[in-house]
Amino acid sequence: MCTYTTIKGSVDGSAKGPGSSWFHVSDVTVYFDHPVHAMADHTLNIDFADPSKGPSARVALELTAESARQLVAAIQEALAAVPAELAA
Amino acid sequence: MCSMSNSLTATTVRISGHDGDEIEAYLARPQGDERRGGVVVIHHMPGYDRATKEIVRRFAELGYDAICPNLHFREAPGAAPDDAAAVSRANGGVPDPRLLGDVAAAVAHLRALDSSNGKVGVIGYCSGGRQAVLVACNQDVDAAVDCYGAFVTGTPPEGFPLKVTNLVDQLPGLRAPLLGLFGAEDTHPSPGQVAELEQILSAHRKDFEFHSYEGAGHAFFSVDRPAYNVPAANDGWERITAFYAKHLGG
Repeated sequence: MCTYTTIKGSVDGSAKGPGSSWFHVSDVTVYFDHPVHAMADHTLNIDFADPSKGPSARVALELTAESARQLVAAIQEALAAVPAELAA
Repeated sequence: MCSMSNSLTATTVRISGHDGDEIEAYLARPQGDERRGGVVVIHHMPGYDRATKEIVRRFAELGYDAICPNLHFREAPGAAPDDAAAVSRANGGVPDPRLLGDVAAAVAHLRALDSSNGKVGVIGYCSGGRQAVLVACNQDVDAAVDCYGAFVTGTPPEGFPLKVTNLVDQLPGLRAPLLGLFGAEDTHPSPGQVAELEQILSAHRKDFEFHSYEGAGHAFFSVDRPAYNVPAANDGWERITAFYAKHLGG
């Protein structure tokens, strides 16, 4: 199915992407839909982008639902393991 | 109808789309100067990609002048199809008025070809399936094919970020024969939503033909994805070939 479901957010960080270059990322788009490359019918897809640098300034992830859940848990675990003042 | 020699040419052209914006389109044409129908291919949400261009060339091999407008061209001219699709998605998708303007330009381009017999059909996949029905409710085309388009009926969820609505209020205006090809295992559109569409079209005495394939889910024509379903895709292509021969030939 095409879920069309799309969640947008703002982020502040950097990503290493096209041409092995680092770039600042300002936008994130999250959606559960057909992947372009992953061998699964549906994946949790995350695009980190800097729209001011054009469409190719994007790092794309396509994760199976289970992988996405593991990623969420890993991020939360990593954040929980550091002193609050560092992760503020 | 079938191309006599199987020879064809394929090229990228520019057309004047909605609001006069210049957009690119992929055009494939059979060799020879016999009169023939045309087909506008509306690409799926992942964009104007290689698999879609293969579909365009297949219609040329079947004997039609075929064109696919790049619906994401404005957001990302020259970008890779997946990057362009990502930008389009982040911006809320392709607005319906713009889609109609771009497809109208593609239809006009086909009808202006020396080889045109004046008849043009439209076919769309995934989000393009809904858009093919939208076109057939608003423009003069001779046949339309909806391949598993979601939200022709049914209601997008609350707070939906993409600007998509169902077409229920427009269906009474459907003005072309419609072929619908669906996967029985699909959930967007679900078998219930397909049944609702069937019921509405019957009530309005529209000319339509639907096929739902057991064991097939969404995107069963996608040769480069796990959803590809050989029996459904093969039968679907046969249905499309017969449908267009009936409505676009001569």
